[in-house]
Amino acid sequence: MSTKRLLLYFPKSETEKPIVYHLVKDYDLVINIFRAKVTPEEFGYLVLDVTGSEENIARGMDFVRTFHVQVDEAQKGVRWDLGKCTMCTNCIPHCPTKALHVADRATMEVAFASQLCVECLSCLENCPYGACSSIF
Amino acid sequence: MKSYEQINDKIVSGKAVVLTAEEIIDYVDRKGLEEAAREVDVVTTATFGAMCSSGCFLNFGHSQPRMRITQAWIDGVPAYSGVAAVDAYLGATELRQGDPANTYYPGEFRFGGGHVIEKLVAGQSLELHGLSYGTDDYPRREVRTTFTIRDLNQAIMVNPRNCYQNYNVAVNSSDRPIYTYLGQLKPGMQNLSYSSAGQLSPLLNDPLYETIGIGTRVWLAGAQGHVYAEGTQHSPTCERGANDVPTEGAGTLALTANMKEMRPQFVRGASLRGYGVSLSLGVGIPIPILNPQVLKRTTVRDRDILAPVIDYATDYPNRTGKVLARLSYEELKRGEVTVLGKKVEAGAMSSYAKAREIAGILADEIRRGDFLLARPLRALPVQQVFRGLKIREDRR
Repeated sequence: MSTKRLLLYFPKSETEKPIVYHLVKDYDLVINIFRAKVTPEEFGYLVLDVTGSEENIARGMDFVRTFHVQVDEAQKGVRWDLGKCTMCTNCIPHCPTKALHVADRATMEVAFASQLCVECLSCLENCPYGACSSIF
Repeated sequence: MKSYEQINDKIVSGKAVVLTAEEIIDYVDRKGLEEAAREVDVVTTATFGAMCSSGCFLNFGHSQPRMRITQAWIDGVPAYSGVAAVDAYLGATELRQGDPANTYYPGEFRFGGGHVIEKLVAGQSLELHGLSYGTDDYPRREVRTTFTIRDLNQAIMVNPRNCYQNYNVAVNSSDRPIYTYLGQLKPGMQNLSYSSAGQLSPLLNDPLYETIGIGTRVWLAGAQGHVYAEGTQHSPTCERGANDVPTEGAGTLALTANMKEMRPQFVRGASLRGYGVSLSLGVGIPIPILNPQVLKRTTVRDRDILAPVIDYATDYPNRTGKVLARLSYEELKRGEVTVLGKKVEAGAMSSYAKAREIAGILADEIRRGDFLLARPLRALPVQQVFRGLKIREDRR
């Protein structure tokens, strides 16, 4: 038996399916929900601890992914959208852990090391282009 | 010595030698100025950043029955309609009607003119609400409909002040955070913000406007546009270094191009917390290598371009003219600099990465023969001072 903390990110259309029910019933998993937001007609998320055999957890997550639900083990609520980022570097002095950083000073390209992010949300306040968002 | 005609002939035949303003530096170091000037035909420059003076003229076409449209809102953002029937001007810094601005300081400024312009170029659907007082020839009084840029007869970007030659570096000496058009500045000069592409920036590669003038063809967010006038606040009479490069704001360009030809990734609405909305734009300008002197200008390096550090808590708002220090773009791009003995983290409002991308795209377009150079119709002023606003007490 093992326990994993996972973030399940539900796109707009999949929030009405009883996914947690199936994880318990069909895959014999113990579910402990920490945070959740499930609003009809909107995206939603679940942060949960999943306890069960490695195999059942893997099968359960494969099942979840068939509904186009993203499963993220990093459990970070802050997302950096490369497509929206203009690489201006305005956020850099405001990120206290250097999760957002200049990857190469010759090209001045910005990168996001999500494992360093402490979700202070400074980047959300300072990005002019909405490249950073938080699902929480 | 080369002429515009010779350079354009080479571009048309696909034989033009084109380098970016970054690549040219090492190239000239290797080859020497004279040989490089013979070989290289064009150097491409570029910049990407917030350009608040951006705006556009739109023509909606006529409804049945006709309506003049004397007041208009696009996605809730007022567009100036005191122009010809069914034309409107939309400015990048216009707020959406009802935006609380800085009532709840610092305001979020989520949506405004710049975002409408971004949506237009991206081909998205927008809502038009128009009102009119009704006339014999234009009887309709109200319209509410949706449109995309494809429905418009014209969507022409008109930007009276783009491509500032150089720009301030902003710091905050006060004991509270302040919110400016260069972003949030932390108290006690913990961070600074600059805005220039430095060695890639168009007017830093042509400091005395020897090739960039009125009529120069430019790459404006992917469309081929041109310089239509000197930019507002163009003030070339200023402090300059030994290389003639200004150490403060100096020149500006007024640019125009067809928005229907623009690429959405280079037209981006911007929300600046506590300040307002704006539009960030990508601009590329080719420099014809007419002679070794013109080439020499394009080899300017970040370390040879200085920007003034200004205190946006006191000196900027009160217009004292005080400059705390001057820093080179080489120092600024390192991310941490020393100002008045204090370590300060550096961030920017302009994007060097995007400027590099644009200089590369423009160089490719010229190599492929898709972008020809235009000889200026008229030079930009080289002598002109910047005037402040006099507040006269004796209003007669």
